[in-house]
Amino acid sequence: MKREEIILGGFGGQGIILAGSIVGKAAAIFNGQNSTLTQDYGPEARGGACRAQVVVSDSPVSYPYVENPSVLVVMSQEAYEKYAAGAKQDVPLLIDEDLVKLKKDEKHPVFPIPATRFARELGREAVANIVMVGFLAAISSIVPAEAMKKSVLSSVPKGTEELNTKAFERGYNYGKEQLAAGKR
Amino acid sequence: MSSRKSLSGDFFITGDVACAEGAISAGCRFFAGYPITPATEIAERMSERQPEIGGTYIQMEDEIASMNAILGASWAGVKAMTATSGPGFSLMMENLGLGVMLETPCVLVNVQRAGPSTGLPTLAGQGDMMQARWGSHGHYSIIALCPDSPQEMYQLAIKAFDLSEKYRTPVLIMADEVVGHMSEKVTIPPPEEIKTLPRRKPAVPPEKYLPYVPDADLVPPMANAGEGYHFHVTGLTHDERGYPLMTAEAQDKLIRRLVNKIDKNQDDIIMLKEDWLDDAEVVVCSYGISARIGKFAVERARAEGIKAGMLRLITAWPFPENRIRQLSKKVKAFIVPEINCGQIALEVERCSSGRASTILVPHMGGGVHQPHTIIEAIRKALK
Amino acid sequence: MTQEYSAGRYYPGELLREDRMPHIWCPGCGMGSILHGFLNGLHQSGLPLDKVAIVSGIGCAGRVAGYVKLDSFHTTHGRAIPFATGLKLANPELKVIVFSGDGDLVSIGGNHFIHAARRNMDLTVILVNNFTYGMTGGQFGPTTPLDARTATSRYGSYEPTFNVPNLAEASGAVYIARWTALHLRQMEQSFTEALHKKGFSLVEVISPCPTLYGRMNRQPRGLDQMKYYQQNSIIQHGADTRTVGIELNGKITVGKFIDIERPAYTDIKTRVYEKAFAPKPAAPAKTTAEASSK
Repeated sequence: MKREEIILGGFGGQGIILAGSIVGKAAAIFNGQNSTLTQDYGPEARGGACRAQVVVSDSPVSYPYVENPSVLVVMSQEAYEKYAAGAKQDVPLLIDEDLVKLKKDEKHPVFPIPATRFARELGREAVANIVMVGFLAAISSIVPAEAMKKSVLSSVPKGTEELNTKAFERGYNYGKEQLAAGKR
Repeated sequence: MSSRKSLSGDFFITGDVACAEGAISAGCRFFAGYPITPATEIAERMSERQPEIGGTYIQMEDEIASMNAILGASWAGVKAMTATSGPGFSLMMENLGLGVMLETPCVLVNVQRAGPSTGLPTLAGQGDMMQARWGSHGHYSIIALCPDSPQEMYQLAIKAFDLSEKYRTPVLIMADEVVGHMSEKVTIPPPEEIKTLPRRKPAVPPEKYLPYVPDADLVPPMANAGEGYHFHVTGLTHDERGYPLMTAEAQDKLIRRLVNKIDKNQDDIIMLKEDWLDDAEVVVCSYGISARIGKFAVERARAEGIKAGMLRLITAWPFPENRIRQLSKKVKAFIVPEINCGQIALEVERCSSGRASTILVPHMGGGVHQPHTIIEAIRKALK
Repeated sequence: MTQEYSAGRYYPGELLREDRMPHIWCPGCGMGSILHGFLNGLHQSGLPLDKVAIVSGIGCAGRVAGYVKLDSFHTTHGRAIPFATGLKLANPELKVIVFSGDGDLVSIGGNHFIHAARRNMDLTVILVNNFTYGMTGGQFGPTTPLDARTATSRYGSYEPTFNVPNLAEASGAVYIARWTALHLRQMEQSFTEALHKKGFSLVEVISPCPTLYGRMNRQPRGLDQMKYYQQNSIIQHGADTRTVGIELNGKITVGKFIDIERPAYTDIKTRVYEKAFAPKPAAPAKTTAEASSK
């Protein structure tokens, strides 16, 4: 049984849960895997800490929570401080570099991207989560990029497909460039 | 707004949304509710979907009204549902009793959060299991189902409507916050593949119809309002005509039938999921999200070579007494993880009557068990 | 009123469940007259009886559902209105009548009452007001006049009261009439009108309870209370509902107070859905400039 676990963390309003849903859906609907998405959220819809846990497996998932994450995606300082320390040191850490200030002794392999800035450049800050999903698709092979892209298109509101495709590709291409350049 | 009559295919949706879709697949065309975390998404989905399919969504002034509205709708011949969580469930108890007494098919979903009182609105609990069994005053029997996944939220919503029509009783879906809010793949079959039970209608003309003359299975056929039967029904103790009758004899006859129509048909009603029970020495018995964690623990224990098995209660009420009795003769212990301080565990203990030990693994609510707490209980039981 | 009815004036006997007689109401109670008036009003309305349903709550007036040979529901205390709401919305063909008492409808069921009126739910509510909880032995309630003595206000009631027509008007009812058990003809007429009114209609009927309320307030016989109504009722159609509150042994303003038009719940809902589900007009063709910029 191959079980992969992904944590996506940020604050309410960033679309963290939607990003988690896109990843889970990509696996379950567009790639024939089993997946679960659970979410933590406080009473506040915006501003509060927010976490999505995605489990992807080739067999049915009984326990739908993350025990040992395979990858961490963080879009806020709070999420970074909360989740990075608990994960094994070789787990890749994907961060929005403008929103997360790394500790000096950070041991995780870090993959930074200015996701929110990219989104703003594309015209809508709201698609930062989709930039991040594209970035994740490039860095991690848990769910194939093609399935991720299909999942994005089937999850976003009608009329925003073009913008979201651009956002996804911006993140994806940036990720591939980083990997090619051997940069962390 | 696009008009979607029926959905089919594979969806990655939450348990709450799946529950609403299951109800719609079952033919539910009336939803009355009041916003409450973590069941609100069911109401939201219904408010969007019912108008698309010609049904009714009404947001009532409270959960007391919601429960009554679905009873009224059911008597108009429409399959009706409400959904709530603990605080609203408490308010619904009064007229859950009316639903039982009038023998009204309907479905009530409780997406359980941690209580008592306002408790932890956004976090999981399973503390309403005994309230589901005994929450309304007086003695009665009830049917309660416990989905463990969004897919099962869909399927059990259909099953709940079927059971409610078959046995003319409110049926409870006792979900929990995790199952309600988690997303997974849910397969919705094409509408022509979904079979549902119709209402059991009177076989006699209106002038000969008596509302509470039961068929052989103790369930009476049901006329709807507006069909010319001119029937009377009451929450008072009543005779077969539906007329109030204030005697101990009438009470005896009525209550025995109300209890027996469920208890004596429990082989038909009870659904269980059993894994690795053939050679099991210790059995994890649980329901809802706790059963998923329990199964994970059993998988781990098996990997260690421990002969552990899993008994998942899809039906919590009526309680599967016979199966627990049988198992208690051959296993050493039952491990019962649940997100409360011991409710279903009491039933397991009662039915195993000392033949096997019952070990509760409690959780006060606000999350789910850490799998190792259950694994440790399994190991300890075998020492 | 010049409305004419094709049916005869009096209801046929088969509208009553004769196999349930004798009824439970005390000698001198107003319920008999009111039920009689209601059945005449219903009969005169010409409504198809297969499509009429009665929903009652708990209390003396709540027993009406059990005596009328229609689809009839005797529900729980205070909950007749939400039950009726579900019945009506699930089968809009039905004429749904709620028949219950003051304690049931404006005390324990008060929230349902004001919200059904606010929604302008298409229901006819008949509220029998005897100023007390009769079934439980005559305790004070939200309509008991100040200073009245009851089983739980031995020294006189000190709770301010609801003025029911005013409460209903403020909540949104489109038809409000009040009579006493003495005003049989007028009551019948109001029942008929209310049954034909679309939206939330209310007929309040002041009714004697000699056994409990009357006995403790110097009107120990039904006849005493009827005399009180005869001497103190003032017919004032269109009266400002703010002025129709009832004081202990005071004047009782009766008549048709409110008869207005306001869209009923289902009318507004239908309008909103029709707009939402109307086919969208085709998107305008792109201008050449927009098309070429791709």
